[in-house]
Amino acid sequence: MPEIPLLDLLPSGLQTLTLILLKIIAIVTPLLLCVAYLTYAERRVIGFMQVRMGPNRVGPIGLLQPIADAVKLAFKELIIPAGANRFLFILAPIISLSAALSAWAVVPFGPDRVLADINAGLLYILAMTSMGIYGVIIAGWASNSKYALLGAMRSAAQMVSYEIAMGFALVGVLMAAGSLNLGEIVNAQAGGFGHWFVWPLLPLFVVYFISGVAETNRAPFDVSEGESEIVAGFHVEYSGMSFSVFFMAEYANMILISVLSSTMFLGGWLSPFEGLVSAETLASPLGSLLDSGFHWFVFKVALFLFFYLWFRATFPRYRYDQIMRLGWKVFIPVTLVWIFVIGVAIAAGIGPWFD
Amino acid sequence: MSLMLNDFLPAAPEIFLLSMACLILIVDVYVPERYRLVTYQLSQATLVVTAILVMFLYPTESVLTFSDSFVLDRMGSVLKVFVLLMTYFAFFYSKEYLRARNLFKGEFYLLGLFAVLGMMVLISGHSLLTLYLGLELLSLALYALVALHRDSTAATEAAMKYFILAALASGILLYGISLLYGATATLDISELHSAIGSEGEGRNIVLMLGLVFVVVGIAFKLGAVPFHMWVPDLYQGAPTPVTLFIGTAPKLAGFAMLMRFLVDGMGGLRGDWGDMLVLLAILSLAVGNVVAIAQTNLKRMLGYSTIAHMGYMFLGLIAGTAAGYAASMFYIIVYALMAMGSFGMIILLSRAGFESDRLDDFRGLNERSPWYAFLMLILMLSMAGLPPFLGFWAKWSVLRELVAVDMVWLAVVSVVFSLIGLFYYIRIVRLMYFEKPTDHSAVAAPGDMRVMISTNALAILALGLYPGALMAVCISAFAI
Amino acid sequence: MVEQLVFYALSGILVFAGSMVVTVRNPIHAALFLVLSFFTTAGIWLLLDAEFLAMTLVLVYVGAVMVLFLFVIMMLDVNLVVLREGFSRYLPVGILIAVLLGLELSMVVGASQFGLDIVPAPAHHGAGYSNIEELGSVLYTVYVYPFEIASVLLLVAIVAAIALSLGEHRKNRKGQRPEEQVAVNRKDRVRLVQMAAERPDSDTP
Repeated sequence: MPEIPLLDLLPSGLQTLTLILLKIIAIVTPLLLCVAYLTYAERRVIGFMQVRMGPNRVGPIGLLQPIADAVKLAFKELIIPAGANRFLFILAPIISLSAALSAWAVVPFGPDRVLADINAGLLYILAMTSMGIYGVIIAGWASNSKYALLGAMRSAAQMVSYEIAMGFALVGVLMAAGSLNLGEIVNAQAGGFGHWFVWPLLPLFVVYFISGVAETNRAPFDVSEGESEIVAGFHVEYSGMSFSVFFMAEYANMILISVLSSTMFLGGWLSPFEGLVSAETLASPLGSLLDSGFHWFVFKVALFLFFYLWFRATFPRYRYDQIMRLGWKVFIPVTLVWIFVIGVAIAAGIGPWFD
Repeated sequence: MSLMLNDFLPAAPEIFLLSMACLILIVDVYVPERYRLVTYQLSQATLVVTAILVMFLYPTESVLTFSDSFVLDRMGSVLKVFVLLMTYFAFFYSKEYLRARNLFKGEFYLLGLFAVLGMMVLISGHSLLTLYLGLELLSLALYALVALHRDSTAATEAAMKYFILAALASGILLYGISLLYGATATLDISELHSAIGSEGEGRNIVLMLGLVFVVVGIAFKLGAVPFHMWVPDLYQGAPTPVTLFIGTAPKLAGFAMLMRFLVDGMGGLRGDWGDMLVLLAILSLAVGNVVAIAQTNLKRMLGYSTIAHMGYMFLGLIAGTAAGYAASMFYIIVYALMAMGSFGMIILLSRAGFESDRLDDFRGLNERSPWYAFLMLILMLSMAGLPPFLGFWAKWSVLRELVAVDMVWLAVVSVVFSLIGLFYYIRIVRLMYFEKPTDHSAVAAPGDMRVMISTNALAILALGLYPGALMAVCISAFAI
Repeated sequence: MVEQLVFYALSGILVFAGSMVVTVRNPIHAALFLVLSFFTTAGIWLLLDAEFLAMTLVLVYVGAVMVLFLFVIMMLDVNLVVLREGFSRYLPVGILIAVLLGLELSMVVGASQFGLDIVPAPAHHGAGYSNIEELGSVLYTVYVYPFEIASVLLLVAIVAAIALSLGEHRKNRKGQRPEEQVAVNRKDRVRLVQMAAERPDSDTP
């Protein structure tokens, strides 16, 4: 237990509680900051790809833009449409955000740096992310709007379909690592970038990340928003803070998917140069950069987030039936076959991953 | 613990059936529409080979495998062979009917095969878990079979009623199983038996409520009064081949379910479930036989007759002796044979756009075709339980066992209801022989179908003249 | 103490949600209450160290089954008036049966039969205990037969669902064939035509 001043003054039960709360704050605050600046990064990156400037007025090179946006949204009027179910209408964004945030409890940021080091971490994440869909469905239904309902329906079908492929991809990871604990999954990949699961599980990795994009309803899978046909989908009736909570949930989920992809396939906080660099070099000031650590984790997550933005700038939106086809007829068979392949590889003890 | 080849051997027929069903599933997808017959032929071949495997593995003593959740014994083997035989006939009778109505699809046979697998699992179940799973496998396939004729509102309605009530029954059964598990902390049938004790020493209120739930669940599935509401609607609404299938093979599986749950598992509580069965039996006999008189639809009438026959089947179990169980088993096999012939007759006389399922459709059958009228005569008189037909011996053996345990009053009650039941079977005979036909078209049925139905009906006559062999098989099933 | 507090809180919510499922008028609300009751059930299972079952309950029932359920209910235009027809007529019988069942169950499921002295509480396992490993090892050995039957059950469900929903529409189905779209060749679609000029050169300005 880390030393925190004044903590000893509290009774022991409250001590644990306070400590957990502090940890949660330590995770959620930077996360929400990341969310804010991810929106900024998104606009800048896509602007760059489309040869335009992006936001550059508020603060130096537009760096205060997310703050300005947040302030604007916070002061806007909260409109509840006529005929909407008031309770559910307000509940929906809350469910979305809480599902998006609660999954972070088991994410390891470094060796032993995790809020809840539970055995069934992977299952927990799957369970929590599958809850997020209720935000979308309830929002669509409670809004009393046809567009919102259509968006919710699309999103429900899509998420359920891709969850299967996603789950199967994770089964592959689980088989390779022999554990459901995320920390142990990272440790199982120790020994340089050749030991990462991305190599033996390459098809699963691709399926997982694409399914992740679909799960978060991001382009090119954003039919549930579908601006061009159903205005904004499930959150068409939301305004001000309630809308921004949905927005935060979406971005928090994007970061979560990136974090999971890097943890499960790219070795999380592990350095790619493990075992390649001698101990002397690691001891040098520059060498500590090459050592495993939080910076590698951030770098990998940033890489995946960049992919998210890149996809959005590049690909046209899928049509609904194409999404279904991809999920059911391509991804699920691919994952099933590959799980079988991994089973054989494990039985045969193919190194360096399964020996 | 690891599984050896020997552990798989007792379940070889089931494994073969499942593998073939999966194979046929794939073949059916790739075979073009005009070669749909391949699916049918493969299914029939599968049934035959499975039956041969079952006979080949006919055990001298009970064999347990898969951690005691599967039992191979004589009763199971005999029932399985008859299930496979019935299914073979059911598939055979259905072929032309389905073709004429554009229903000749691979799914019919596939679902049928899976239903058979479910019955075999149920028959061989030696753990509450496998019994339940087998029952669900059977029921799920049957729901879909009933609903397969999507353009028919009657079939859809029947499927809906069947599905909802059967799902409710499954829930009740499962609740009973959970109570049994709560009371005895075991799922294994033998362990359940020893936990209860041979004279019911372990009897307590949890066990009793569990027993009640299980009996209600089984009664629902068998369609015994007062849990019979779905039977007539289902029999009438479902396409005739599906009615035929549901009315025959699953009854054998239902008998096995009764035996496994009540006799093998809760034999110590015989006094308790015996009383419940007496109630069910009398009600079933009364309602089945009396209400059948008022029916104008033959399929519906046979539905009520099924209810009555379930009542007779209970009688042997009520007797509670090995000979009584054998008599019940004999009864249920005989009933299935007769029901198969009767529904086969309806199929034979039907054609596209004409179901031939009303009593009036049999009016003056003798003038149209004396031979089929004669076959129908055999079937109906046998169902009514007149000598020298097989149905008589079935009733006689059950009643004899009842009298042997001094339950003469119950035997008398059931005879009275048989006499009432005689009325509506004889009415069909009267319609066929003493009325003028309204429909003069000749009976058009392919040759193989004629041969099969004749074999079916004549077998009932022949077995009725020499009932010893079949009875001996049933008795030997309970000899160990 | 904390554990008991959590248990009573969860059970309270569970009972409340369960009774709401059967009493609320709006089917969507009923389904959402069912979700809530699944969720709290998962919580209670967690208290019993059954983390695998708890997570799977949330994952499968909350995350997939109920979503599809809601999907269907939202699409259907359920006419509540028709559904409620005859409600008051059957109410007395319903109440009678419910009271009877309630009495029976209260006699059975209680401290007299399942008290801690008769059925002791399961011991808590240490932090290193993996529920999933234990389940996996018995699922593929002791319970392999029921497990396989259950998988066949799911297969039948798939076959049945496809047979019932695809039905006759299989033949005249309209849809894309992406493999054909991908395999399209420029030659099949585009024809370059060499045309003679329409006007003589001299006409051009």
